[in-house]
Amino acid sequence: MADTINDRIKEILEKSPVVLFMKGTPLFPQCGFSNQVVAILNNIGIEYDSVDVLQDPEIRQGIKVYSDWPTFPQLYIKGELVGGCDIITEMFENGELAELAQKENIARK
Amino acid sequence: MNMQNPSDATLKPVASLIKARLEAAFSPKKLIIEDDSNKHAGHAGHQHRSESHFTVTVVAQAFENESRISRERMVHKALGDLLPDRIHALRLKLSPPA
Repeated sequence: MADTINDRIKEILEKSPVVLFMKGTPLFPQCGFSNQVVAILNNIGIEYDSVDVLQDPEIRQGIKVYSDWPTFPQLYIKGELVGGCDIITEMFENGELAELAQKENIARK
Repeated sequence: MNMQNPSDATLKPVASLIKARLEAAFSPKKLIIEDDSNKHAGHAGHQHRSESHFTVTVVAQAFENESRISRERMVHKALGDLLPDRIHALRLKLSPPA
């Protein structure tokens, strides 16, 4: 059982270079912290996939174990956890997030 | 130890649990726990509890030479079952002493 969840997570992370696990969707975020990270990604204008963990309890639980990170949102770039809302906000404000996106050749919208 | 909270007696139960666990884990130089719950009253995560949203500032030697991800993981571990059972949302400001 655990293997299938991990396989699903790996598949999601391999499918897109930038993945946001969040509460709600980019159009209708269900949490202020998820909303903030969506706004940041839209602001720097990179393409990303999102996963609504409220619609998928298995992923919601599985990703916490996978990443050793208990809260949402969680932003992944090239399969690596970059951070939650605090870290992403700080990296946006000091320019590191845009730099990282450029370094990893993330497609722009 | 420089406690910024006005008085321990004013800390409500969840906040005092956070305080106790972070003090035990990090012996912080500075520890500020702000209860932001009233800003979120009525939304889904609030769950009719008075305490659920916190901003926590910790300055501790243990954060020296640790990445941001790793600093947050250290705090998550120290908080244990409080997160996410008792704490719905946590804003962390973590740094080593200047």
